[in-house]
Amino acid sequence: MTPDRTPLLIGSVAIVLLIGGLWLPQWAMFIVTIAFGNGLVALGLMLLLRAGLVSFGQALYYCLGAYAAGGIGRFFGISDIFLQMLAGALTAGFFALLLGFLLARYRGIFFGLLSLALSMILYGLLVKNQALGSTDGFNILPSTLFGIRPGPEWVRYAVLASAAVIAFVLALIVHRYLRTPLGRLAPAIKDNEIRVEYMGASARRAVHVKYVIAAVLAGVGGALAATTVGHIDPQMAFWTTSGEFIFITILAGTGNVLAPFAGALIYGIIHTTAYDLSPNTWQMSLGLALLVIIVFLPEGLWSLFRRRAWR
Amino acid sequence: MDQLLSVGVDGVIYSAWLFTAALGLTLIYGVMKIVNVTHGSFYALGAYAAASLTGAWLARGYPPMLSYLVLLAAALLVSVVVAPLIERAILRYMYAKDEVVILLITYALFLVLEDVIKLVWGVNPYYIAQPYALLGSFTVGGLAHPTYNLILVVLALVSGLGLAWMLNRTRVGKLLLAVIHDPEVSRAMGINVNRYYLVTFTFGSMLAALAGAFTAPTVSVVPGLGVEIIVLSFAVVVIGGLGSLPGAALGAVIVGMVRSLSVHYMPQVELFVIYFVMAMVLAFRPRGLFSLAEPRKI
Repeated sequence: MTPDRTPLLIGSVAIVLLIGGLWLPQWAMFIVTIAFGNGLVALGLMLLLRAGLVSFGQALYYCLGAYAAGGIGRFFGISDIFLQMLAGALTAGFFALLLGFLLARYRGIFFGLLSLALSMILYGLLVKNQALGSTDGFNILPSTLFGIRPGPEWVRYAVLASAAVIAFVLALIVHRYLRTPLGRLAPAIKDNEIRVEYMGASARRAVHVKYVIAAVLAGVGGALAATTVGHIDPQMAFWTTSGEFIFITILAGTGNVLAPFAGALIYGIIHTTAYDLSPNTWQMSLGLALLVIIVFLPEGLWSLFRRRAWR
Repeated sequence: MDQLLSVGVDGVIYSAWLFTAALGLTLIYGVMKIVNVTHGSFYALGAYAAASLTGAWLARGYPPMLSYLVLLAAALLVSVVVAPLIERAILRYMYAKDEVVILLITYALFLVLEDVIKLVWGVNPYYIAQPYALLGSFTVGGLAHPTYNLILVVLALVSGLGLAWMLNRTRVGKLLLAVIHDPEVSRAMGINVNRYYLVTFTFGSMLAALAGAFTAPTVSVVPGLGVEIIVLSFAVVVIGGLGSLPGAALGAVIVGMVRSLSVHYMPQVELFVIYFVMAMVLAFRPRGLFSLAEPRKI
């Protein structure tokens, strides 16, 4: 058995980013920070995908996290970035715990369609909610860090650094979780659920736990996106947002907890450059990339990095 | 009383529109077990084709009363060209894959088609109000309704009853039912299953294009038209039961009436109720209201 090098990899990437981030231009910091947010959501989707589940409504928790982060600022005047992420995580986790009792029974397209319906419910509620700014959403207070308001030239880096720390801590936790018996159950559920039950494990409970973890990750990702962009709106719960997260997850593959972050960064770069070069064909390039990945690289881009062990 | 009547009329019209829009989706799922996201693209394609073809027709000064036939022709034309292309070039190689994977593939195709539409038609809106304005309006319960909307009802009835007749009363339909029931045995019995898949995909997409074409005169045709309709038709089809024809009709009536009621009495919950009904149905009868018991597969 090869030693587990992933924690080392996670740590070194984090340190490189924390130090190298100081020299990044502002716009690049923005792309990287957004990539962390999207990467967290995709990490959650990856957990579900390992169990063979595709959620077409992860935008539900992304949006809940964002609105929770914005809400504590709007109604209680709290703008601390870690508290925002905590609020996002708790809100998303709470709803996922409740809805999980329902969703953990579903598989295949029914899981996808029910999660889609749930995220569209949130969208429908937010669009017509005057107190939360209906379709326009609302602006978020500038982020603070432990009560300190960083100067305008430091805000981006402060958000980036906090995002990096949180994202890598969560990635590490998820990596540990994947090595627990409950975490290892995922591919078994995908392959043959009934055998999993015969062996005495509860597939339903395993899926429920994964669903809650995925939601917490999406909640943190949403809070992060909210505080980075400084504005939130109901579009965050629309099904196309979920589609983007699925795209990132499929692009990255399920091989490693770092894959979703790499996928999110690649997505961010494609998104920015392709949108600049040719605003009318960037979706087409995304669609074609998705097709190529599904057909030729079903394990995602990460499988390219993995050394092939033929022995 | 007057308001209830309006609720009814609006509900019927909206249901009819939804039914036409969702019918192709349930047909394609029923036969091919594909949850087809490109359905929205065909809806948009139909709308765009109708807008430009009807626009050209009216600009040449041809009789405007015949523009309804042009709408029809536009939908047929665009789907007969594009749908077989997609099925033959891509989808037919994917049938062996998992339902969820095919869903993702159609999502990728949807993204591609969105931009193809932008490349062909540009991003500026198209308006063809003439077929809509031409018929005037009728009054029910003190509220005026455009007569054009009755065409939507007729369209829904014709396509729904036509499909039911075809499935149950013709040879092709009976063979198709056999394919739905068991593709492998059908193939063994000498039915060309792949051809039925091609025809079904084309026909289902045609229904979407038809819905789009006949909606085009009532809206401004802009990019992103297909995005909304996908989730809406998913809701309709899921409520009735994926793959069920009467289910789609029931789903359309439920969603149509619920929306009409909420628009008249509680406009702030309009979108919410539709997806709430969808979630409730999925929660209690995941296979939809018109589902049969299915054996658990090991």
